[in-house]
Amino acid sequence: MGLFKMLRIPSDTTIREHEPAGRFIPLTQIRTSAELTSFITEMIPLLHLEAEQAKTLGYIVSELVRNVIEHSESSDGAILCAQYYKKSNSIRIGIADTGVGIKTTITRSHRAATDLDAIRLALMPGITGTTQREGGTAQNAGAGLFFIKSIANVNRDFFVVYSGNGFYKLLKKTASRNLRLHADPFADRHTTDGAMPSWRGTVVGVDITLDQTEGFSRLLDAIRETYGSAVRDRRKERYKRPRFS
Amino acid sequence: MKTIMIHPLAGAFAENKDVARDLRISELLPALEKKEDIILDFSGVDAVTQSFIHALISDLIRKHGPEVLDHLEFKSCNDTIKKIITIVVDYMQEGGPA
Repeated sequence: MGLFKMLRIPSDTTIREHEPAGRFIPLTQIRTSAELTSFITEMIPLLHLEAEQAKTLGYIVSELVRNVIEHSESSDGAILCAQYYKKSNSIRIGIADTGVGIKTTITRSHRAATDLDAIRLALMPGITGTTQREGGTAQNAGAGLFFIKSIANVNRDFFVVYSGNGFYKLLKKTASRNLRLHADPFADRHTTDGAMPSWRGTVVGVDITLDQTEGFSRLLDAIRETYGSAVRDRRKERYKRPRFS
Repeated sequence: MKTIMIHPLAGAFAENKDVARDLRISELLPALEKKEDIILDFSGVDAVTQSFIHALISDLIRKHGPEVLDHLEFKSCNDTIKKIITIVVDYMQEGGPA
């Protein structure tokens, strides 16, 4: 993966480098939008995935790394790596940054007392730290993490978010025909920890099991339904009735 | 009528929001202000992200109202691109059709 190289730490240990093609994407640093586009074009094909699977991976990497570039305020950008596991036919992706963390960005527009509260809000569709306004800003909708969690949820995969002292883990679901998604991540089968050692920044990990990848198109139907009802529910909560006396 | 080809600008996987923003600011908003009709042609585009579509059209709906969709046509979209566009159009109209 190139950990020592990335950290610029000399090591006496002899490391035999494997050929990444078809196996893994080594630790990679992405600082700009252009670097991300070139990474998606050049690196993801190295994993030799089928077209649909490559699309899913590209989607996840694009949305997560753009979150880092736009919100983390870290000059180091995003550090990511991915590995293919033959036995489980799955890919594990990890993306980390050493930026300001989710709580700092979310609380610019919403109330969150803890890192875990902030993670919960960040995973809800339509909640972004850039505005309180429904529909987000011209550049941000607050939907990226909800989409990624939904991809993991529908494919019954793991998904973790770690920021500050907060940790959220979506647990694997058992197979079900029901494609119902939840707008509130705490309504999904999950575990949390609000007292983790503090990570200054954000880490996201996703496992994708390739032989059970649901059709992306079917997933989008479920996302549309859940997203729409979340927005309508918030609209109802905001609605004020006139007071008559 | 103005036709804008997405593929030459954003590639087969349209995910770069900066490209979407530039297109929105330099092409779409000025054309709509002149009441010009626009065709966004997705020929050759295999996939898009929700963020790309949001950056491309959400501000048009916010600034000009849903009526802007009468002046916008999305051409040659595959099924998943159509669905992502529909998701963005829905949440920009407060949750979609009743």
